[in-house]
Amino acid sequence: MRIQADQEKCCGAGSCVLAAPDVFDQREEDGIVVVLDPEPPAALHDAVREAAAICPAAAITVAD
Amino acid sequence: MTTAQRTAPPTPLTLPATRAPGCPFDPAPGITDAARGEPVTRATLWDGTSCWLVTRHEDVRAVLGDPRFSADAQRPGFPFLTAGAREVVAGKPTFLRMDDPQHARLRRMLTADFMVKKVEAMRPEVQRLADDLLDRMTAGRTSADLVTDFALPLPSLVICLLLGVPYDDHDFFQERSRILLSLRSTPEEVRAAQDELLEYLTRLARAKRETPDDGIVSRLVARGELADGDIATMGRLLLIAGHETTANMTALSTLALLRNPAQLARLRAEPALVKGAVEELLRYLTIVHNGVPRLATEDVVVGDRTIRAGEGVLCMIGHANRDDAVFPGGDALDVARDARRHVAFGFGVHQCLGQPLARVELQIAVETLFRRLPDLRLAVPYEEIPFRGDMAIYGVHSLPVAW
Repeated sequence: MRIQADQEKCCGAGSCVLAAPDVFDQREEDGIVVVLDPEPPAALHDAVREAAAICPAAAITVAD
Repeated sequence: MTTAQRTAPPTPLTLPATRAPGCPFDPAPGITDAARGEPVTRATLWDGTSCWLVTRHEDVRAVLGDPRFSADAQRPGFPFLTAGAREVVAGKPTFLRMDDPQHARLRRMLTADFMVKKVEAMRPEVQRLADDLLDRMTAGRTSADLVTDFALPLPSLVICLLLGVPYDDHDFFQERSRILLSLRSTPEEVRAAQDELLEYLTRLARAKRETPDDGIVSRLVARGELADGDIATMGRLLLIAGHETTANMTALSTLALLRNPAQLARLRAEPALVKGAVEELLRYLTIVHNGVPRLATEDVVVGDRTIRAGEGVLCMIGHANRDDAVFPGGDALDVARDARRHVAFGFGVHQCLGQPLARVELQIAVETLFRRLPDLRLAVPYEEIPFRGDMAIYGVHSLPVAW
């Protein structure tokens, strides 16, 4: 799995951080998404897919 | 269904739609029934104009996530629920009613303040406030109005702290908020309340110029990008959205759990469920109950309908949150359900900025209340509870409880 997050699209709602806290974080200065682990282990894949599904700005892309 | 029913012309839906007597937690049945046949359906507004209602989860996400649907309420044809609601945006719009890039520029000045780790760090403070309020509510008493003594002051105290607004002024801003959110307010009443709030917050911004603190208003002043009047407009949005929504979710969640004793028992037995239970309560109760408005700027196909450029749309998030395709058996409250895909905070780039804070407040409020008051119960017959069908944000006007 490979994750991309579009920081231009991101609206900083933080739902990805709640869904997959080991993979996503928010920038200190403006709360915009940061990917901590762009190729996370399989155990986190479901959480990442959920994060992508609930992202209100469709800013998270997941490629398998 | 009989032939007569099938061939009868459909009763035109008028908004705001009312809930069924005896079913205060369920969305308006008139819309539910219409949506069963036509998930994208027409409704008539107060001024005789009509707009589209979008009710399916998938369609609501599609509309709210599509930049071809504008949130700019200044555009002709934008749907309003009442004349008063139109007046709210007649003056200076907040970024809630702007499109990108203007919206993103203003919103991004605030996203850091509400991000998850910032808000999680506030848990001890929110917990202390919740405990203090319950200490005071229960001292020497066995009953109280939960709205006045707990549900309303908790988020009001928190948003005041965050913004740098003196909590002592809460009667002033809570009364103006009530007028702005009442579906019964006249445009004149709305304009007066709006002006008074903006004047108050403009004065506050000016004062922060002299005496800065670490609140949001003061930091917006220090940023130097916005005039005091623009800071006041933004402050008004945060102040109202920051206390009315969580206050009503807290009181209505309490009532919903008291009315679903098996669910409450399960939550008490498994306190670790509280995070998921709050998501489920957000889904089940969806207090933004009159629809999220948008205006099509191009012809767009939604479901099996084409919404034309210039036509208004109301996204019925309460109905979307009961969509069986996403939430099987969604008319029941189930604290163990995975409800994370609810759209109670909206969807798209305008999705609630304060949602991490709302979650922390609600998790603490619900957990603390039911842990500390094991015998919590209604102090009046259920039938006497005054529901907020007359307000833009649903909930209860008061909730007399005993313990």
